[in-house]
Amino acid sequence: MKHLPSERHTLSIIVDNEAGVLARIVGLFSARGYNIESLTVADVSADHDVSRITVVTSGPPPVIDQIMAQLERLVPVHRVIDLTEHGPHVEREMALVKVAGSGDKRVEALRLADIFRARPVDTSTTSFVFEVSGSTEKVNQFIALMREVGLVEVARTGVVAIARGPEAV
Amino acid sequence: MGTEKTGAEITIEALTDLGVEVIFGYPGGAVLPIYDELFKQNRIRHILVRHEQAAVHAAEGYARASGKVGVVLVTSGPGATNAVTGITDALMDSIPLVVLTGQVPTHLIGTDAFQECDTVGITRHCSKHNYLVKETAKLGPVLHEAFHIARSGRPGPVVIDIPKDVQIMKARYDKPGTITHKTYKPQVKGDLASIEAAVEMLAAAERPILYTGGGIINSGPVASQLLRELAKACGAPVTSTLMGLGCFSAEHPQFLGMLGMHGSYEANMAMNRCDLMVCLGARFDDRVTGRLDAFSPESRKIHVDIDRSSFNKTVRVDLAIQGDVGSVMEDMLKVWRSRGHRPADQSAWWEQIAGWRSRNSFGFEQKGEALLPQKAIQRLYEMTKAKKPIITTEVGQHQMWAAQHFGFHEPNKWLTSGGLGTMGYGLPAAIGAQLAFPSALVIDIAGEASIQMNIQELGTAVQYRLPVKIFIINNEYMGMVRQWQELNHGSRYSESYSDSLPDFVKLAEAYGWKGIVIDSPDNLDDGIAAMLDHSGPVLVDCRVSKLANCFPMIPSGAAHTDMILSAADEVGPADDDAKALV
Ligand SMILES: Cc1ncc(C[n+]2csc(CCOP(=O)(O)OP(=O)(O)O)c2C)c(N)n1
Ligand SMILES: [Mg+2]
Repeated sequence: MKHLPSERHTLSIIVDNEAGVLARIVGLFSARGYNIESLTVADVSADHDVSRITVVTSGPPPVIDQIMAQLERLVPVHRVIDLTEHGPHVEREMALVKVAGSGDKRVEALRLADIFRARPVDTSTTSFVFEVSGSTEKVNQFIALMREVGLVEVARTGVVAIARGPEAV
Repeated sequence: MGTEKTGAEITIEALTDLGVEVIFGYPGGAVLPIYDELFKQNRIRHILVRHEQAAVHAAEGYARASGKVGVVLVTSGPGATNAVTGITDALMDSIPLVVLTGQVPTHLIGTDAFQECDTVGITRHCSKHNYLVKETAKLGPVLHEAFHIARSGRPGPVVIDIPKDVQIMKARYDKPGTITHKTYKPQVKGDLASIEAAVEMLAAAERPILYTGGGIINSGPVASQLLRELAKACGAPVTSTLMGLGCFSAEHPQFLGMLGMHGSYEANMAMNRCDLMVCLGARFDDRVTGRLDAFSPESRKIHVDIDRSSFNKTVRVDLAIQGDVGSVMEDMLKVWRSRGHRPADQSAWWEQIAGWRSRNSFGFEQKGEALLPQKAIQRLYEMTKAKKPIITTEVGQHQMWAAQHFGFHEPNKWLTSGGLGTMGYGLPAAIGAQLAFPSALVIDIAGEASIQMNIQELGTAVQYRLPVKIFIINNEYMGMVRQWQELNHGSRYSESYSDSLPDFVKLAEAYGWKGIVIDSPDNLDDGIAAMLDHSGPVLVDCRVSKLANCFPMIPSGAAHTDMILSAADEVGPADDDAKALV
């Protein structure tokens, strides 16, 4: 089964916001040899009782199915939704991108940032920190361009995702 | 409104409310308050083992034999780490346990305090669930929830780590009503439409087989009864995994024996050639399937399991039914009967099976004077079967011979470490089973190497006057290791000889056991009779021929059809892929 072509899937995992829950999820992925391409977590309910973990993973469809089943088995897991299977959804991530330089490069960095609707959130005479958000590809592309104009370092959130339309999943 | 109680008092009261009768444990600094409460009461019996690993295996034996939750109490640090093997064993074999571990007080957690270890971290992936209880008020609810989780759904071990200050602080304790968990809701009933589809497939099958496993034992004795009814209704042959032995009677004409690596030829061939496989509470373990791409190529497969993650994990199935196997079989029978089904004509199938059976794959040849291990187990079975014994085992050849040559007729009589394959399981498990059934005949069929892994438990049996019997199949080798070295490593017996063995009889006597030696076919029956005659614990050192191997065998990575039936079968050297498998 592991020889089938690999697919990228975005999973939303709704869990009880209790101690150790993230370790359970992450440990499950590492113990069973599943991939994690990105992972985000934050509590999402008014009473802070429920957290939403977004995992981007990859594997052949039977493995993705196995990942879902294994996750659902964990006691503090409420629900697992495979957004990729579920249908139309929005995926976003944010990055903070630091570039340093002067002269033309500095001007070019600003111009590119403008095209990507990246906002400078910190400025010095020799550097910028840009905030950029969008799909993973857009963020990747922006970072690739920044390499040519003095990229210093990057911090990324990883993907958060939600289904389109009025309903909760 | 109850008055406030200490965490230790709450622990004992909650366990009492949960109907706990026996705890297996070992004291230490971080659990002394709980031990103090145990001292003050007499409703719960504490069994003091000699090593925490044994406490867990004893609790497993108790649970497997009785169907109740096994309870363990150990201290922090080394107490907890010693318990890890047993906890993992229980996870692999789906045994319901609640393991209480002491922990350093909350304000010292994370400081590398004396006897601190990250118990919840260490046991997170070898338990079904675990808790670190940081407030005394949560202790009662957590204990009740832990029992609910341990015994429902796919059973397993639940660990509760209790810091010492939580045991001392006070809070209210109220006995809760029925537990409903907000996220954990195991599915017991199977989907009716799928069950109907399964019944139609079964009624139409010409070459069906029921592939049964430990899930049927876990579901309770009623499930074994239902299996017998289902088998009767559909007329299909029945095979069982190592863990499922006893859910169907070994002497039933429809029983093909155990399947898998050391299973019968007829069971494995029938699995390979069937047109419909109904997997009931088993999980397509690698010991069972052999080479996956050659596994039962012509069959449609139905899988009934309470754990959805067992579906399609290694083998794709055509119909998966999630639910308790007992409940699903009950519904299958209802549908079968209400539709007035009769089995399809299976005469050609049974003829084929008769052909495979005639190979007598569990047969062995008595050559010369040697006492064959298979013979020893066969006689042990024949001489004890009227007593309906509970059999535990260690791990190795003797375990497989016991599975092959000891007949099981009822569930909960066969306790063995299947998933983890833990040497040292058998003696403590026998102690646990004997506690659950004080007047039963309980025998640990052991190997001379394995028995030494928890030999200290001889003392526990004496302390609690448990008449456990140990029957050591002493071949002076880690026989299963030697067998693999013969198959895969040019018979280079690297470290597999059991050198410097103790005088087992003297060792037994030193602990207050009776010791008996059997060393030839001539004193086999007498030795077994003497063992059975003695009312106290007996260790039998049964010295068998040293180089016997366990057949039949599907070598690692081979297909069911590539079974080696006896040592005489030609086998080429294993290739590297096969050697890499375990
Ligand atoms: C704790 C543990 N360590 C190592 C092994 C690997 N192992 C499997 S069988 C075996 C040999 C067992 O020897 P013995 O108890 O004499 O049984 P025999 O095979 O000779 O019947 C070993 C070392 C194991 N299963 N468990
Ligand atoms: Mg041996």
